[in-house]
Amino acid sequence: MTDPTIATQQADAGGAYVTALEHAEPTTGQPGRPGKPRSLWSDAWRDLRRRPLFIIAVVVILFLTVVALFPQWFTSVDPNHRDLTRSRQPPSGDAWFGYDVQGQDIYARVVYGTRWSLLVGVAGSLLTVLIGGTIGLLAGYFGGWLDGLLSRVGEVFSGLPFVLGGIVILNAFRSTGVDSALALVGMVVLALALLTWPISMRIIRSAAISAKQQDYVKAARALGASPWRIIFRHMLPNCLAPVLVYATILLGSFIAIEATLSFLGIGLRDPAVSWGVMISDSRNYIRVAPHLLLFPAGILTLTVLAFVMLGDAVRDALDPKLR
Amino acid sequence: MAVQSMSGTGDLGEGTGVVPDAPLLEVEDLFVEFHTRDGVAKVLNGVSYHVDAGETLAVLGESGSGKSVTAQAIMGILDVPPAVVRSGAIRFRGEDLLKVSDGRRTELRGQGLAMVFQDALSALNPVFTVGFQIEEQLRVRLGMSRKDARKRAVELLDLVRIPNAARRVRQYPHEFSGGMRQRAMIAMSLALDPELLIADEPTTALDVTVQAQIMDLLKELQVERKMGLILITHDLGVVAEVADRIAVMYAGKIVEHADAVSLYRNPGHPYTAALLESLPRLDLKGTELKTIRGLPPSLLAIPPGCPFHPRCPMAEDRCRTEVPGDHRLGLGRTSKCHFAEELVGRV
Repeated sequence: MTDPTIATQQADAGGAYVTALEHAEPTTGQPGRPGKPRSLWSDAWRDLRRRPLFIIAVVVILFLTVVALFPQWFTSVDPNHRDLTRSRQPPSGDAWFGYDVQGQDIYARVVYGTRWSLLVGVAGSLLTVLIGGTIGLLAGYFGGWLDGLLSRVGEVFSGLPFVLGGIVILNAFRSTGVDSALALVGMVVLALALLTWPISMRIIRSAAISAKQQDYVKAARALGASPWRIIFRHMLPNCLAPVLVYATILLGSFIAIEATLSFLGIGLRDPAVSWGVMISDSRNYIRVAPHLLLFPAGILTLTVLAFVMLGDAVRDALDPKLR
Repeated sequence: MAVQSMSGTGDLGEGTGVVPDAPLLEVEDLFVEFHTRDGVAKVLNGVSYHVDAGETLAVLGESGSGKSVTAQAIMGILDVPPAVVRSGAIRFRGEDLLKVSDGRRTELRGQGLAMVFQDALSALNPVFTVGFQIEEQLRVRLGMSRKDARKRAVELLDLVRIPNAARRVRQYPHEFSGGMRQRAMIAMSLALDPELLIADEPTTALDVTVQAQIMDLLKELQVERKMGLILITHDLGVVAEVADRIAVMYAGKIVEHADAVSLYRNPGHPYTAALLESLPRLDLKGTELKTIRGLPPSLLAIPPGCPFHPRCPMAEDRCRTEVPGDHRLGLGRTSKCHFAEELVGRV
């Protein structure tokens, strides 16, 4: 690290004994650059700020988050207002994205649908990482028969074909007759997490195994730290980087998977109208009124792309070796 | 610097069993095996040593002689699936660490015994600041507040002579130089005022000038705090200045045990003698440096008889079959060599 201001100060000292830069007292009045501690995360953040892809992705995601939280800021139209005389009308100045079969404003429905699509993605990947992360840490730290048992259970789950597993689980829940929007989201999230946790478990498990052999874990043990403290305080932060990257990309793909499940009629449904539900509703009219499909599908693609881009940028920043 | 006090030389040998005046740490007849894919590696084959408060014991030996494994067994941080403690006892103030509960053992770590690792970069957690890692113990174990712990951490860094400690506590290990990291590691192990400090090759990862500084620091802290210090090293030069007593290890056994002065002046085991001869010396400039021929034995197949016999210049027939016992050489010295008495020149 070279800092011209320090260099000139040392020259000014006029031949006096000068200690190495890192021992120097922080000089008052100077911007506190040499004194700033640099953690992995602050280094990554500095790196990320300079990446255009990251900035674009973050802007898109922030925008979508605002839309999800405050849809009424973006449209004054009621997404559930039906006017059958306007059925399948193409985009116009009045309704930017046109009207669907029921004569509902597609733009308003896309805006209100953001909430459900994002919710499925965020909650799904959080739950997946939580389940997979906890199990992976335990398996990696304790090893032995516990590792064997947990890994086998994970393999059973990852052996299930994803869509088939989703259909079975969601069909089983479907008959219980829940129909509040949040309960519907909860079901889909649960199904997604149940079928994908083994991947994040394996990522954390291998990170935990390599962290466990590090001297700092031995040192923590030698200084009297309890196993739980070692696992969650010392190993977890060191295992987080790879799974964080995975979670970001997972978030995007969960949004897409939710659309798939909804398209198949087993994901979300009214009142939780996500983009997937809209795509599903449009399936019989694709040739007559393509705008029914194009707008929700386009926004969906853009969102997934933003998350994948974010994941890529985060991975590059956290793991420069992979670049 | 002259060899430090010889306080440890008088009271060697007899004090076993009785708890009140038990030595600070006593390792007795420790056997440790590693179960590997290729068979059972007999890593420790009856190691015994002891350390008193305020005393420095140097454990000397080549790589693979079992010095670090002994230390890890004492700390209870052996990786237990491959390693198995077969028999023996490790008594800390008369309390057998191999028999006490896990909870008691955790309690003793840090406060009773602490350890300094060889490579401080990997022994410090990269995601936390150095300060945090010192404070963590103070907060969790002593229930200090965040503010008090920070103050104490700065004091500790100051104690190990890290300049500008107040700013340094907030930095991450990768921002420290090698010597600094080792100092921080020492500060960390001293945080809970341990009675015994084990330093496992604390200077091997450092360059020579820094080595000397770290050794001086350790010695000074030890004298100041009247700690017992076990110094594990393969560097005879490092040992000469700070050790009161020296235990030389070979193939999982202590082959010679003596006070530092006698050992250097008059080694009682051919292995020790060979080690000393293989040191480069200024007064023998120009002559070829002596080495010990051959390699240390594989721990999977330790030779019968004296384990050193294939490399020993004095080996005779009986060395190949008869395992040498401890030969007492007076003043608490012992040597596991059939010819120890001849070697020392005292019958």
